This record gives sequence, C-alpha cells and structure tokens, in this order.
Amino acid sequence: MKKSGLIIFCMVLLYGVKAQDAGALVEKIKGKYNAVKDYEANAKMKTNVVFIKAPVANIKVYYKNPDQLKIRNESGISFIPRGSVNVNMGNIFTMSHYAAIDAGTEMVNGRNTRVIKILPDDEQSDVVLSTLYIDEAQLLVLRSKTTTKENGTYELDMFYGRYANYGLPDKVRFTFNTRDYKLPKGVTFDYDNGSAEKESEKTKDKKGTVEISYSSYSINKGIPEGIFN
Amino acid sequence: MFITILRIELFKIFRKPRTYISFGAIAVMIILIQLAIKVQGTELINFFLGSQNSTFDYDPAKILNGYFVCYFILNTLLIHVPLLVALIAGDLVAGEANMGTLRLLVSKPVSREMLMFSKFGASVVYVVMLLLWMAVLSLFGSILLFGTNDLVVIKETGFHIISSGDVLWRFMAAFLFATLALICIASLAFMLSVFAENSIGPIVATVCIVIVFTIVQQLQVPMFQEYASPYLFTTHMLGWKGFFYVMATDENQTIRGSVENTGAILKSGLVLTGYTLFFLLLGVISFKRKDILS
Repeated sequence: MKKSGLIIFCMVLLYGVKAQDAGALVEKIKGKYNAVKDYEANAKMKTNVVFIKAPVANIKVYYKNPDQLKIRNESGISFIPRGSVNVNMGNIFTMSHYAAIDAGTEMVNGRNTRVIKILPDDEQSDVVLSTLYIDEAQLLVLRSKTTTKENGTYELDMFYGRYANYGLPDKVRFTFNTRDYKLPKGVTFDYDNGSAEKESEKTKDKKGTVEISYSSYSINKGIPEGIFN
Repeated sequence: MFITILRIELFKIFRKPRTYISFGAIAVMIILIQLAIKVQGTELINFFLGSQNSTFDYDPAKILNGYFVCYFILNTLLIHVPLLVALIAGDLVAGEANMGTLRLLVSKPVSREMLMFSKFGASVVYVVMLLLWMAVLSLFGSILLFGTNDLVVIKETGFHIISSGDVLWRFMAAFLFATLALICIASLAFMLSVFAENSIGPIVATVCIVIVFTIVQQLQVPMFQEYASPYLFTTHMLGWKGFFYVMATDENQTIRGSVENTGAILKSGLVLTGYTLFFLLLGVISFKRKDILS
C-alpha cells in the first residue's frame, strides 16, 4: 500500500515538473519570438490547391506584433488562405493564459523535437488547441498544428536559416483544409479538352498548401497601420 | 477575276443596312456587359467564387480587370455571334434568288464555281471584320476601362490564374480560332442558302441547327456526350477556350506560355475546317447543278 502510494506521488510530481518545464520552455520561446515587433518581408508564394492553377507569386508579408499579418501580391492575383495569419506564431505566443502540456518527443524533418500542447484558458480564443514541435536547443518551433473554432485545422512547417536568431523562418509550408469547388453544369460552357475527368478526380483531395519562401526581412523598422486595413 | 467579283460581293454586303445591324448589336452588347460589370462586377465574382469566401482571401477588384472582362464577353457573345453571321451568309445566294437577280448573275461570263467562291470569300471577309470589331471593343475597350492584371479563368471544377504577361497572345489565338469557328457557321448558312429561294429559310435553319446542337451538347446526357457531342461542330467551336486552359506542374503552378491540351485544339480546328470544306463544296456542287429559275 505504502509502495503504490509512493509511485503515485512520484508520477504526480513528475507530471508537475514536466508541465512546469513545458510552460517554461514555451515562455522562453515566447520571449524570443516577441522580440520581433514587426517585419516586412519579400517572398515567393506557391499555392498548391487541387482546383487552383496559379503562377508562383511575388508577395510582400507584413507583420505587426502581436497578431496582425497581411500578405499582399503587389503585381498579380493570389488566393490567400484565410487562416494565413497563422503563418506567423504570433497568435499562439500572444496568449497570456494557457496550459502547456508536455506530449513527449518526435522527429520533425530529421530533428528531435519536444512536443508541447497548448490549451488556451480564454474561452473567447479562436484557437482550441495548438501542438508545437520545438527544437529545444535552438528555441525554434519547427512545426505547429493549430485547431481553430472557425477555420478548421492548420499545419505549419517552418524551415530556418539566416533569420533563425529572430525565430523567423526562411521557408514556411502552410497546410489547410479546402472546400469543394464546383459550379453548376452549363454555367461556364467549358471546352472539353479531355482534362475534365482528371480534374474532378483531383478535387477529392481536401488539403491545400501554401509555401512561402522568404528572400529578405526588414525587422523592427515599423509598419504603417493602413497596411492591415 | 476572283478579286473583282469579291469586291462586287463585298460592295453588295456592305451596301445593305442589315450588315451594320451585327456591328451595332455587338457594340451595344459589349458596352452593356462592360457597364454591368463596372457597376456590379463584385456580385459576378461572388457568384463564381462565393463558395470559397470562407477559405480564401482575394481582391475582386483585381480579378475584374480588362482581360477577365474580355474573356467573359467572349464567353457570352461567341454563342450568339453565329446568329449574326447567318444573317449575312444565309442571304448570299437566296437573297439574289429572292430579288430575281440570280439568273442574271449566272448568265455573266464567270463560272459558277468562281461566283460561289467569291460569295463565300466575301462572307469570310465579313466574319473577319466582325471579329476584329469585337476584338477592338471587348479587348482594348475593356483594357481601357478596367486596366490589366492576371487573368482568372473560371471553369466548372476550378480556376486557372494566368500571369498578365502571358495573356495577350492567348487572346490573339482565341480570336483566330473564333474566326475559324464562325467561318464554319458562314459556310453552313451559305450552303443552305443555295437550296432556298428567299433568305429567311437559310438564316432560320442555321440558327435552329446551332441552337439544337448547342442544347444537345449542354444537356450532359451520357448518350449524347458519347455519341453526338464529339461530332457536333458546336462542341469544337468552343476550342478558343483551350488557349486559356494552362498546363501546371505537379504542385499546380501554371507553366508560362503553355496550353493544357494543344492536340485537342488542333483536333477541333481540323474538325471545323472539315465541316467548312464539306458545307462549302456541297453548296458549290449543288449550285453548279442547280436549275436556276428565278
């Protein structure tokens, strides 16, 4: 009886310590990411959605702490996923009340990461759950999976390089849920060139990705307010 | 000799007020569409892309550029322009018969073949001029009114975005293809015109054939789709759109300067050419054997 009580006590203690560790780690990373007050970045954006064929777009990304983000295609037309504000970790790291739960370790892109689940305390928060895959040594989030109330689940893979010190990735792959696209027959008077069957098969895939490759960041130089309107 | 008769035939065509009805109708329709899009274009974009509003953020004002408006106009009008072509081509022989000038015409020292080819040549010139007029108003007019940007081509199951620098040549190719398609209609009306004594018959018959074929093609009944649609010239008349269906990489990035299925466009072009030659030769042969009593 004494023995089993001791085991339970140790488990509770261990869980408490681990939870504390997880919270401390998230706070450390928050500090690093929040050092970036704003940035303006030049990038190329590849959209990979089954029903959209689009050229690679030259875009500008504007960010202002805590959670304002705007992607602009200056020269052309782009369809930007509504949840694209999540291409920056700002909306996770601006939460003040949350529970961080340690969920073990996992390999992400060949690197060992600590998996931490973030549960916001605020019931008004759009984020329901966010899972972060953290490189503890460099204090970088390599992957995040965020479930929101309004916009489904987003997955974010981040590849770091020149701007790793700021926690800013060189490349981001953003995966999101898409909806079917289908117009009633006869509306568009499509020309049948033999590709229609292939396209309708492809539209069954419900995931879309946007890949943003950053070429340069201008960090903490200020962003005019009007950009985000 | 051919050029001389062609000039006479063109003179006859452009002397008739009805010839200008087509130019006027096209101008009015294009201006009305441009005006409607200028005023309520966002609703149009919402109609096509509204289902994606919760997933994507896009700027309807950017989509509503001159290229998009021109594509929309062509999509709407190229279904109706055949009727305007029939108005002239259906009158070429039957009109003469109706007025009683056909017998006089064939009594001239010109072969019947030469006469028929000149008449058909005149209708081709008319088609080319009509499309040039349409191109100027719909493409350059829309560019003037709405500016330029990337072109979003909306299809039943998706949409293609074409870079603005990769668009103009596609419009040129599309207008050339549309010329071929309308020449096919002209040849049909011209052929029917040989068998009639007044122009109403061939004009109405051409319009009816185009309508029936278009309905059959749009019904999407599997039996029609398999056994009828591939052989109807109306199916292949839509080939101009093929220039706006672009190839993409495995990751869905459009390839600049590419066309999704060049073979299909080429096939459609050949089918239309085949129909044109068939109608033209049938008309010429029938006219050559015809006992002209009017």
